[in-house]
Order: sequence, then C-alpha cells, then structure tokens
Amino acid sequence: MAAGTLAACGSGNSGGTPTLTWYINPDSGGQAEIASRCTAAADGRYQIQVSQLPRDSPAQREQLVRRLAANDSSIDIMSLDPPYIPEFAQAGFLAPVPDDVAARVTEGVVQSSVEGSTWNDKLVAIPFWANTQLLWYRKSVASAAGLDMTQPVTWDQLITAAQSQHKLIGAQGKRSESLTVWLNALVESAGGHIIATNSDKPEQIKLGLDSEAGRRAAALMKKLADSGTGGPGFSTANEDTSATGFEGPDAGFMVNWPFVWPRALTAVKAGTLAQSVPDDYGWAVYPRVDANTPSAPPYGGINLTVSAFSPHVDLAYQATECITSDANQAYYFTTNGNPASSTAVYDDPDVLKVFPQAPVIRQSLEQAAPRPLTPFYSEVSGGIQRDYHPPASVVPDKTGQQASDLISAVLRGDQLL
Amino acid sequence: MTQTTLPPVPKTEPVSAPPRGISDRSRAERRLGWILAGPAFAVMLLVTAYPILQAVYYSLFHYRLTDPGNRAFIGLRNYGVILTDPLWWQSLLVTLFITVVTVAVELVLGFALALVMARALKSIRPFLRAAILIPYAVITVVSALAWKFAFGLTTGFVNSWFSWLPGVSTSTDWFGDKWTSLLVICLAEIWKTTPFISLLLLAGLAQVPEVLQEAAQVDGATWWQRMWRVTIPNMKAAIMVALLFRSLDAFRVFDSVFVMTAGANGTESVSFLAYRQTISRVEIGLGSAVSVLLFICVVLIAVGFIKGFKVDLSQARGE
Repeated sequence: MAAGTLAACGSGNSGGTPTLTWYINPDSGGQAEIASRCTAAADGRYQIQVSQLPRDSPAQREQLVRRLAANDSSIDIMSLDPPYIPEFAQAGFLAPVPDDVAARVTEGVVQSSVEGSTWNDKLVAIPFWANTQLLWYRKSVASAAGLDMTQPVTWDQLITAAQSQHKLIGAQGKRSESLTVWLNALVESAGGHIIATNSDKPEQIKLGLDSEAGRRAAALMKKLADSGTGGPGFSTANEDTSATGFEGPDAGFMVNWPFVWPRALTAVKAGTLAQSVPDDYGWAVYPRVDANTPSAPPYGGINLTVSAFSPHVDLAYQATECITSDANQAYYFTTNGNPASSTAVYDDPDVLKVFPQAPVIRQSLEQAAPRPLTPFYSEVSGGIQRDYHPPASVVPDKTGQQASDLISAVLRGDQLL
Repeated sequence: MTQTTLPPVPKTEPVSAPPRGISDRSRAERRLGWILAGPAFAVMLLVTAYPILQAVYYSLFHYRLTDPGNRAFIGLRNYGVILTDPLWWQSLLVTLFITVVTVAVELVLGFALALVMARALKSIRPFLRAAILIPYAVITVVSALAWKFAFGLTTGFVNSWFSWLPGVSTSTDWFGDKWTSLLVICLAEIWKTTPFISLLLLAGLAQVPEVLQEAAQVDGATWWQRMWRVTIPNMKAAIMVALLFRSLDAFRVFDSVFVMTAGANGTESVSFLAYRQTISRVEIGLGSAVSVLLFICVVLIAVGFIKGFKVDLSQARGE
C-alpha cells in the first residue's frame, strides 16, 4: 500500500508533538473526551484532535471517500460505519493493521465486531463500539397480550399481539439505510444472506434475495406493513421516529438500537416524559423469524480505521489502542449510550447500573450478523431500498428477484440507481 | 379593442448611422469594454467551461472513484445506459412536472404580488417589498427542512390545522406517497421563489408607459381590459425573462427533493439522479453523463425560450 511513500507531507506538527486528526461521527461528546484522555495518556508522543463528520453514515462515507480518493493526508484516524469498511479496504484507503496490534485489539471482542472489521480474511479496522438492535416492549402491553417475554418471540407473535391490543410496532420502513438493516436482519434470521456468493469483482457477486429465506423476509415485511401495526407513518419511519412513537400512548413493541433507553431517561429528567413510561420498558433479544431458529439481530456501531495516507500510521495505531481500551469503552457506553465491543466491559458494575440491558446487548452482539460485506455496499443497499420501499408494495414472490436483477444490472454497469 | 403597445424602437438603425464600419470612438469603447469585462469573462470560462468540458470527457469513461486502476474508455455507452433506463425518464418527467407546476403558479402569484407592490402606498412600499422578499432570502435547504417539519407526521402542525379538509387527517403521511410528496415539494419551491418572479415582473410593470394606460382609460377600457390589452402585452419581454430564469432554476431542483424525500416514492429529480451516481455511488463516468444530459436539457430550455418565444434579453433591460 501507499502508506509509506506518501507519508512525507501533510498533517500538523505543533511544538514537535505530532497531531493526529480523528474524523468522528457526531455523538454526545464522548469521542472528543476520549481524544483528550488519550492525548494526556500519550505523554507528548502525539495529540489527538477531532473533526466532525456529517450526521448520517452514508454522508460520512461520501465525505471520506472523496477526500481519500484525493490522497488527503490530513486524515489520520476515522470512525467508520462497518458496512463501508470493505470498500475502503479494497480501494487501498486503509493502512494495514500491524499483526501485533491486530492480535491485541481482537482479544475478548464480540464476534460480530471482529467480523465487521475484517475484509478478505484480514483485520483492516479496530473494533471500537458495537451496536445491536433489541426488541423493546411495553411490559403492560406484552402481559395483556399474554406474551411470555422470558422466552424468544417471533415476528408473527408480535404482529398478532399488537393487533389484539391495538398497539403499534416500531420498525424502520423509511427508504434509507435503516430499511437495509431491517431486511438484512430478517434474511439472516431466516437462515439466508443478502449476498450468496461474494467477490471483489462486481459482476461475479451473486445475490441471495430470491431464496427461501429472502421470500420469508419479504413476506414478513409485507405482513407488518399490511397489518397496520407499523402506524400511519411507517413508510417514512426511521429510528428516531420509532423511538418517539415508543414513548407515546400507542406503543407496543419496537426494534431499535439501545440509544432509546438514555433518550427516554433524558426526557424524564427534562420533564417531558412521565417516569412510568421507561418503567414500562422491557427488552429482549431481537424477534425470531422462525420459532425454532435463533434470530440474527442487526449489527452496527463504529470501528476505527487508519488512513493509508496518514503521515503518522504507527502513532495512529497506538492511538486507536488507547481509544478502544476497556476503560474508554465503558466510559463511552455509560455516558453516550454506545455499547462496547469488548466483552469485559459488560461485567463492569457501572455499566450494569446505567444500562440494565447490558447482558441482553452482549448476547445480541454474539448472535448478530453484519450487513453484506462488499466493496459495493452502496449499490447493494441502494438497490434494496429502491425495490423494498414502501414495504407495503413488496410482493414476497417477486421483489427478491426484482431487487437481485436490479442490483446485478447496476453492478454490471447496465443500469442507473 | 386590439392590443396596445408602443411601436418597437429601431435600435439597430440609428437615424444618423455612419455609412459602414465603426468609428474610432466605438472601437475605443469596444476595447474598453473588453478590458473591463475580459477578466470576468476569463474567470467565467475557467469556472464554468472547464468543469463542463471535464464532465463531458469523464462521461466517456467507466470510472469509479474507489477503483481508478480500472478506468476504461467506453465511448458513448454511459449515455446508452442512461437513455434506455426507465429511471432516467421517470426522473425527467418528475422534474418537468415540478418545473411546469411551480413556474405556472409562481407566475400568477408573482404577478399579483408585483401589482400589490407597484400599487402600494409609498409609505408602506419598502416594508411590503422587504416582507415579500423574505422567503427568497432563506437558504433553500433551510426552507425545505422547515416545510418538511411542518408537514411531518410527528413534528408538523399542518395535519392538525387542516384536518377539516377532505383527505387530511392527523395521521396523513404526506411523504408516504408520490403525489402528496410532490405537492409539498412544489409548495416549498413556490413559497421560496415567487418573490424572485415578482421582482422581475415589478421591473416589467414599471416599464409600461403610463401614457398608454391613460389613453386606454380615456377610451373607457375597464381595469381588466387594460390589464390584458395594455399592461401584459407591454410586459411580454419581462414575463418571458422571468419565465426563462425560473424554468432554468426549477429544472435543476435538488435541495427540496434531497431533504424531504431523498428520492423515495418516485420523486427523484434529474439533479438528484446525477448526485446519486456521482457522489453516492462514486461512479464518476456515469454521473458525469447524467450531468451532461442535464446540461443539454437546460440549454434546450434556454434556446427554446429565446427562439420559440422570441425573447429579447436586451429589451428586458430597457435598451
């Protein structure tokens, strides 16, 4: 890779201490705090300054891709959403992870996070925080519907329960990345994969949407949309909309990331939500597609990557080890609500106090399945969003085939997206 | 009653025109003109012609930003892919729909506002003009977000205020359907750019000779007759320029679509399609070809207006 040869220019040196620029996704200030902690811990070897990326992950990718394609040497460390990691690695934008670093940063880390940091059997990113969706439920609604939430539940059960209680299920039907997240979880839970045969060559990628699992996933999507339990704004609902709905009087169930818990507690503190609402929150592992097969919940989060054009690759990797230390991950989990990738953090009493869901999150992360790992993720996800939206328009026997044809044609360069 | 306009001023044939060729004075003036406008012209060429030519060049390649090694010359294949794709034609139709609807409504509203501004009492005129112009001063993304929040299911007030209208209820999801999404997009565009059209028309109104109005009034013409036979025919150039500028602008609609629907439910515009290929997919070749086709459409609209409606841009400036 080009790391060494391009390392001569760029990046700031102030007073002899190299400055590492860390491009972060917007959060509640946690990454900036970790940057200053690691700057202090570095004892003058380096200092980290953060630079904020746009709010949603496709926009973060767009900015980083354009900068890296122009060999921008001002980027040292990047907080990257896992689905985009293969594209960056394949394009040669990432500095190779040294073997000793790779061994240290994968020890005691949840499996989905290691998978999401790997491309072509090599670790190309440092697991940082690992997100996963849980099934959130209102205890009152679940018990009124007679659901035993100590046992795994299926989507069919949820829809029936919500219908019987005239309550809503918060799922993300908006034409955005969240729709791909949902479909992927359904396909993986049904035992399939969106990409059946993977390849570096776009024309050799074979899709698995037109399979038994794909049809099952599409049928569930359609069933939820047609049942009316998604609510009136289902086809434009994202994670935030679902979280708002779940705080309301019609809430029954919801699949969403753990941020909904601190969100509700903050609203209680601000006086805009009654304490009885979060008291009624229950949580469990993501719903199953088939009663006898464990679900494959969505996996998300952020992993750290080091730019191949950084003049300080070695220092940047040292910094990533500091950033992802157990102490910092625990801090980030408890203050910003972003779950750790390190399993040890889940035993931390402070974490358990703030996030009583921690054991379920850990279990969910062990079961979670990443979205398709491919350098052409934008095309795959974009094609899915085009054909599976709005969810009510999905035809279980046809949409999979349609989406596969579209994505294959787009990958061959025969069609627009 | 027939239309009443002043006879055209013979601009190009001054009464005392010199026989042929240009005088020393005109030559000097022309040179001065070039010296004054030359640098701006050169900068214009640099910042507009260069990217356009580069886009035309890239559009002939298969070129993905993350895979520059596999860049290959493919001739006009990108254009073939685009022009045979239903998505292109759908986006083109949506763009044309937004253009026609917004420009037509804006013309009527803008004309009414221009009349109000022209007839308003002198004392309130500056405030009135400022008030009418405010939406135009708002950044398009901000206005798009404001309209999105206003119509949003969880954030908006529109559903509760207008629930007495048939078809509107507290659970109406405006962005869940193609036509309701397009309606909100058009409303946002109309709200924001009507002031622009009304300003251009106000300038046109000021040019209608008062003497013609008075003559028509003496002849017993009603307000409506004077409007159709005197005012509007005399404003033709201003109206055409306003229509041309707004049509070109409306055809490039991007921000409102991006913010409100991100192209969902078949609301993609041509600019958004270009954005998706170039920026999201980093397919520089394909995206450049979409941009070149968009550029050709804009040129066709401009030429169509100027030739088809015989718009004389210099006349609108009162030359």
